[in-house]
Amino acid sequence: MNFNFSEDQLLMKEEVKKLLDKENSVKRNRNVLESDEKFDKELWGQLVQMGLTATTIPEEYGGIGMGFLELCVIAEELGRGIAPVPFSSSVYLATTAILNTSNEELKKDYLPKLASGDIIGTLAHSEKTTFPSESGISVSCKSGKISGKKIAVPDGDIANFAIVSAKTDNDKIGLFLVDLSSKEVEINSLETFDPSRSHADITFNNAEAKELSNDAWENIEKLLNQSAVLFAFEQVGGAEAAMNQAKEYAMGRYAFGRAIASFQAIKHKVADMYISLQLARSNCYYGAWALSNDAPELPTAAATARVSATKAFYECSKENIQTHGGMGATWEFDCHLFYRRARLLSSNIGSQGIWKDKLITSLEKSNSPS
Amino acid sequence: MDFNDTIEEAKFREEVSNWLSANAEKKEHAKDIYRPSEMSSENESGESSALKDAKDWMAKKYGSGWACLHWPKDYGGRDATPMERVIWGQEESKFKVPGGFFEIGQGMAGPVLMSYATEEQKKRYLPPMAKGEEIWCQLFSEPGAGSDLAGIKTKAELDGDTWTINGQKVWTSGAHYSDYGIIVTRSDFSAPKHKGLTYFFLDMKSPGVEVRPIKQITGGANFNEVYFTDVKIPDSQRLGEVGDGWKVSLTTLMNERLAVGDASGVDFQEIFELAKEQDFNGDAAISNGSVREKLADWYCEQSGLKYTKMRNISALSQGSTPGPEASITKIVSANKLQEIANFGMDLMDNASIARDEDTAIFQGSLLGAPLIRIAGGTDEVLRNIIAEQVLGMPQDIRVDKNVPFNEIPTGSKN
Repeated sequence: MNFNFSEDQLLMKEEVKKLLDKENSVKRNRNVLESDEKFDKELWGQLVQMGLTATTIPEEYGGIGMGFLELCVIAEELGRGIAPVPFSSSVYLATTAILNTSNEELKKDYLPKLASGDIIGTLAHSEKTTFPSESGISVSCKSGKISGKKIAVPDGDIANFAIVSAKTDNDKIGLFLVDLSSKEVEINSLETFDPSRSHADITFNNAEAKELSNDAWENIEKLLNQSAVLFAFEQVGGAEAAMNQAKEYAMGRYAFGRAIASFQAIKHKVADMYISLQLARSNCYYGAWALSNDAPELPTAAATARVSATKAFYECSKENIQTHGGMGATWEFDCHLFYRRARLLSSNIGSQGIWKDKLITSLEKSNSPS
Repeated sequence: MDFNDTIEEAKFREEVSNWLSANAEKKEHAKDIYRPSEMSSENESGESSALKDAKDWMAKKYGSGWACLHWPKDYGGRDATPMERVIWGQEESKFKVPGGFFEIGQGMAGPVLMSYATEEQKKRYLPPMAKGEEIWCQLFSEPGAGSDLAGIKTKAELDGDTWTINGQKVWTSGAHYSDYGIIVTRSDFSAPKHKGLTYFFLDMKSPGVEVRPIKQITGGANFNEVYFTDVKIPDSQRLGEVGDGWKVSLTTLMNERLAVGDASGVDFQEIFELAKEQDFNGDAAISNGSVREKLADWYCEQSGLKYTKMRNISALSQGSTPGPEASITKIVSANKLQEIANFGMDLMDNASIARDEDTAIFQGSLLGAPLIRIAGGTDEVLRNIIAEQVLGMPQDIRVDKNVPFNEIPTGSKN
């Protein structure tokens, strides 16, 4: 039995961590947050150069042909470093969507350029303040042209193309690829809760679309499940970083003549962070197993990983601020960067309530929850 | 990443499975547990027939070399690897076999004897312990010393080569059917708290030992108070040096935390089934959003614990030492048990108050959960352990450190 990542995968994790540490990824997050930059192009370039965008793309399409397990360890480190780059949009979502399709032409056209980092993609799915249901999609695709509005698309003003969910001529929900530089596409950048990651509203006015699938609701569900595992690893990385910050600060901060880390009120808080983190990490490992084996358990495993990782990052990032006291709530300290990122990642592919509901639905279907 | 056995593991699993199939009845489903053959009345005779069955099963395992797998063969074990022990546990749990009674001896007293007893004593006491012929209990907690275990006051005085013990222990599981016990006592009241302790084992039938059951909030009586009045213990039954009892106790406690695993009682499966069956405002409870949200949280906890265990087993399988992650197990499972039991009764509304087939397991779990959150390290002690021993945070300041024990303030109730 080997319910762990391989030595090579752990080595790769260490390499990504080293790069992000050396490049001071957290500081770079702040730079993007405080400037008009939409992402850190230099850091992105380095990740591309390391081959990370090519991870899951087979060699025949210009990738390096590794699997989702490698992507899991990369995600954890990007989360730890709260990296200000469009990796989740372009790699977890857009690349996986194209890998999932049977449209060979699209694969040949797009995968090599995604691998080389020449282009960036994203998923445009949300339309309203609720997460889209099959009947809730109003963006439409008629005779190969997309019309309608998608809101708060992650990296929508960075990406070269978007994978768009839209209602087809025969009232199914399809997935389509749209070139975002087309003049039939209107992009409005948004002010966001976490400005280290850019978001934009996108309006399509009869924009030309390439079809991934014209009956895709199941494909969308699968794509969300696959990316949920990767988002969960990113969340676990962020949660662990926040827990460690809280611990380090408490060890060095003295009050009442002693390190505040010696008070049980603080120790129990950090122990609770640890508990939440370990539960999430173990669920993530199971998610990784299901994802990499394309197992029938994926819907349950992905939702479980996602729900517990969302909880862990929220708890660790908010209690990290609390442990820091007043300074934790200043702009100057980094605590809020993690707090913002925790919230952003919780929203990006559907909120906690949505995933809890998905989890129970999946258990009802499988009928063997244990 | 996989859950597969290695070739050796698969071979061992087959051997285990074959022996179990030939000697025990397979469970039809996970909750299909063993019940004592003659459950005549609720306490005494029910327990004694359960005890007899458990002893028979243990002796059968011993006879074929399946008792205390990880112990040396010389002491009744099998010299098995940690992974083989795990595989045995996984396979045995698929069969309807009696359990209980031996965990404290085999899990806690055994390892201490192994470390501190003489060779002659090990040969005398360990094999009958492995066989289940002699049962052991652990005499640690006292009315004034629970989480603060080093605060014990049971007095040990040496005269020649015989110690005389006076005092009271409490929360002693199984004292009423135990043959032997391990006990920590105070041999020096003027030394600082942790320095004046001495550790022994003793015959529970010694004159002056009196066992009184404690009736718990569940109505059962699994624990006892044990009184010691001029009980004699030969110095040859001392484990560790005089005054070194704390060090010896830590060996025991370390093993206790490993022995106390998941809390038994209602879990996700029970509340999930109940929510499907139960009506809630004219619809199945499971279709209600607030119910689904709670179910999801508990499922995530259950799954998180399951795969935490898998990560540990995987480490054993790979020949490395498991990480400290398992320290979260009891705290999570005991709280989950309490919350699920309470919510289950909530779902059954006023009918939950009556005791019947449907409500009994939820009622029993709700009453049992508080004890599980306390036994073997309270939630609070476990959080301290995670913070201090796993995360390396500093210990609390101890006002009683380096103070002679007899000068430490005590409350009136001690």
